[in-house]
Amino acid sequence: MVYDVLIIGAGVIGTLIARKLSFYDLNVCILEREADVAVGSSKANSGIVHAGYDAVPGTLKAILNVKGNILFDKVSKELDVPFKRIGSLVIAFTQSDKDKLQMLYQRGLENGVSDLEILNSNAEISHLEPNISSEAIGALYAPSAGITCPYELAVAAVENAVENGVELKLQTQVNDIKHINGLFHIETNRGTVLSKYVVNAAGLYSDNVAQMAGDHAFSIKPRKGEYMLLDKSQGEIVNKVIFQTPTPSGKGILVTPTVDGNLLIGPTALDIDDKEDFSTTAAGMNEVTQGALKSVPAINTRQVITSFAGLRAVPSTGDFIIEYSPSTKRFIHVAGIESPGLTAAPAIAEYVAQLLKGADLDFVNKKDSKSQRKSIVRFSEASDEEKMDLIKSNKLYGNVICRCETVTEAEIVESIRRPAGATNLDAVKRRTRSGMGRCQGGFCTPRIIEILSRELAIPMENTTKNDKDSLLLDRRTKEVE
Amino acid sequence: MREADLVVIGGGPAGMAAAVEAARNGVEKVIILERDHTLGGILPQCIHNGFGLHLFGEELTGPEYADKFIKQVEELNIDVKLNTMVLDITQSRIVTAVNSQDGLIKIKAGAIVLAMGCRERTRGALNIPGTRPSGIYTAGTAQRLVNIEGYMPGKKVVILGSGDIGLIMARRMTLEGAQVKMVCELMPYPGGLNRNIVQCLKDFDIPLRLGHTVVNIHGKARLEGVTIAKVDEKGKAIADTHEFVECDTLLLSVGLIPENEISRDASITIDDVTAGPVVNESAETSVPGIFACGNVVYVHDLVDNVTNNGYIAGRNAARYLKERAGDTVKANANILQVRPGQGVRCVIPQLVHGNCPEDVTLSFRVDGIYRDVMIEAKADNQVIKSVKKRITTPGEMESITLSREMLQSIESGKIEVCLSSLERKGD
Amino acid sequence: MSKNTELTCIVCPLGCKLSVLQGEDDSIIEISGHSCKRGLSYAQTECINPERVITTTVRIRGGQMPLVSVKTDKPIPKTLMMKCMKIINRIEVMVPVKVGDTILENILETGANLVATGNAT
Repeated sequence: MVYDVLIIGAGVIGTLIARKLSFYDLNVCILEREADVAVGSSKANSGIVHAGYDAVPGTLKAILNVKGNILFDKVSKELDVPFKRIGSLVIAFTQSDKDKLQMLYQRGLENGVSDLEILNSNAEISHLEPNISSEAIGALYAPSAGITCPYELAVAAVENAVENGVELKLQTQVNDIKHINGLFHIETNRGTVLSKYVVNAAGLYSDNVAQMAGDHAFSIKPRKGEYMLLDKSQGEIVNKVIFQTPTPSGKGILVTPTVDGNLLIGPTALDIDDKEDFSTTAAGMNEVTQGALKSVPAINTRQVITSFAGLRAVPSTGDFIIEYSPSTKRFIHVAGIESPGLTAAPAIAEYVAQLLKGADLDFVNKKDSKSQRKSIVRFSEASDEEKMDLIKSNKLYGNVICRCETVTEAEIVESIRRPAGATNLDAVKRRTRSGMGRCQGGFCTPRIIEILSRELAIPMENTTKNDKDSLLLDRRTKEVE
Repeated sequence: MREADLVVIGGGPAGMAAAVEAARNGVEKVIILERDHTLGGILPQCIHNGFGLHLFGEELTGPEYADKFIKQVEELNIDVKLNTMVLDITQSRIVTAVNSQDGLIKIKAGAIVLAMGCRERTRGALNIPGTRPSGIYTAGTAQRLVNIEGYMPGKKVVILGSGDIGLIMARRMTLEGAQVKMVCELMPYPGGLNRNIVQCLKDFDIPLRLGHTVVNIHGKARLEGVTIAKVDEKGKAIADTHEFVECDTLLLSVGLIPENEISRDASITIDDVTAGPVVNESAETSVPGIFACGNVVYVHDLVDNVTNNGYIAGRNAARYLKERAGDTVKANANILQVRPGQGVRCVIPQLVHGNCPEDVTLSFRVDGIYRDVMIEAKADNQVIKSVKKRITTPGEMESITLSREMLQSIESGKIEVCLSSLERKGD
Repeated sequence: MSKNTELTCIVCPLGCKLSVLQGEDDSIIEISGHSCKRGLSYAQTECINPERVITTTVRIRGGQMPLVSVKTDKPIPKTLMMKCMKIINRIEVMVPVKVGDTILENILETGANLVATGNAT
């Protein structure tokens, strides 16, 4: 089988590209080295859909941020993923901050963001957000900013793509790339895959992949961001995304509600060397706490339920790298997708499709392709009547497995059985929210292990948390001599 | 909508005690809603002994203790719905629950007893830095895996927290063939009973590192080790005391938190210190007809006390139903506020009626280890009762009983429970 | 040569620190540090013949759940604990099992029986 397009990387970028291509009569395949989609940068970021005043005008970041922001309503509706346009505030504490806000405002205008507003007093800010620090003296208000769930978006996109015929190969790592007689031979740990075109959406490793194809033009460095997630009881302390005035390292510590009602604070910004270092640190947690309290002193940071770290893929070029490789024909890089990557994602998918359209591939609309995808019906969000109907249609909706988030067995089973379904605990968690509540899986984990074992027909001791080495259990009791 | 005189939420020792006591006191339609596949609450997985010494004069295992009450529930023909999760309760006492057989159930209850127990504090809540590999479990979840499902969570174990659950699991894991390398305890004193230190740690030569905690977690996929460090009096890690301990399993026994989601949804007043509902001597919450007992009110040590607490709730729920005068919280009654004073962390019940017809026992925990102290109940600026104690620790709940005459004579509306040093009379 | 053993009494929360002096033949010469008779008696047993009750689980065949909880109905010598566990781990019991049923008699000739503490159907 020779694919028309092979996408390396099933993060939010790779999956949305795959989905876009799945509307056409093309043989598309996604290779992902981890055991699920969206396990890299797509799993651990702020989940913000930015308004578009940050990026330097004329850059791909700026253009695709604004385009992506506009596309988010449509894409989130089609894919049935949460997206809330709650607006954002960039807070100024000093005159120098205020000057920066003016600069961002101008930049926003240049980038095509026309509904920005400068607030000049604490009173104006408190009117919108009563819990903002009394030391705030100004703010940039962007009504078009919003929040979404990045990994839900990727899961939805890949489900849609797979339903339309795209092949997803998980746990498949690209080891080498050869270009022979106009065809790419991609050598993986599971054999060689052949394709006419390759889209390099390998995130943190897109420079490694580029080098395999003979292209050494750019490098990707990881920049760590640590976050803390707070209990839902803190979820209404602000109603918009609260930024601090940006610095050269990034947008600073933000405070935001999440689409599920929690409060997210972070990230830090630390350049590191190890692309596999996802550890949180005491210093990082401290920086997050101090930063968040500066903007919103009323936060009760002791209400933390979990913390995590994500890595941004920082390109050596300073902007998104979305182009055909200058040294290797038919090889498209979609690299260095750091912030505003999530916002730009729907626009990046269209941009890449356009790049491919201009090549020698036949872009014929695929008959019967679907652009809509429905998420798993959430019992917790159903009305009483709907709950009764759900249980009538599927008894397993009557078994509540995750008490904290009210997730039922039906949803967990469906998350496993769907195309591109979950094969491990974290994957179930990302698709259903089970284990994301206050008890962090204390109650539901043994039950979910049982369900995974049953549905995947594997012994309980073979179930994993995420990749194949993250075994959850050791052995049955009484099996040792 | 279904109807029941009494709906008991939770079929553990607290709920079962409340249900049987209510039934014995004349309540006709009692129903227990239990989310697990058996009654017993946490007891079926607590296969060790030490339960029931006070109530039955014997040392029973958790399942045996539960069995005694399960038999009583059966004999009294109390309705039980297993595998049933309560989703919501309202102030007007409508209970919404769900199971796969009946679907969504709504019950209009004459009275409700909350007995949902507690959950364990998590790694996330402690915010321990490091990676997020598999192999990290709270001690109770590990106990369930070992004793109910029959699986070992790992081979080389470090346990954080020397409360009884952590100590019990140190022994359990060792007996089933794992290597427990150490138990770390943040405080300079152990959290659990001496008996467990001896029988769970000393018996197996498992080191107990007091004044130590886990400061970092290592391992990409599965846990590979933890870094522990000594801590100062404030619980902060001391530099240069970091030590890497190789292990594939970390069990956390770092605190229990009453599970009050449902209570909060019904706007029942919650005590910020206990994290449980504010209750009076009748185990009644701030909402008339809704009672609460057991660990959902305050985390107890002895299940015997949980049972007694359940009896109080059941008895008073029965009385409430008989009277049906609306509010047992009589509006003009002298309500006394019970507060913790020096040396005491929290006290229940938080409210007591001055005209209560019975003696009232106040239960509390101290905030440190004290030797040779006086437990005092103070009101109207004087000590109204005192009890000598040679030793008292946070790990053992204490109590002090006030007679109804004493309660009736209190004028200032407040009772304080505190500690003071014993006066030594020369040596 | 006499030997001195330090123990913490477990009978009540006081946790008295006991000192037991034993002679060459292990006979007890002196016990000190206790505050009551129960502590004295605990010190004696613990030094000469420490015993423990074992509580564990046993595999079930044909039941809804894989295990049932069990205990020894009397304490057994501490030194036999792990050996006892090995024997228990080899057993498989058929359902039904009731609380109190004897699973294994006279385990390791100790006079203690292994009894069920839970029910299994």
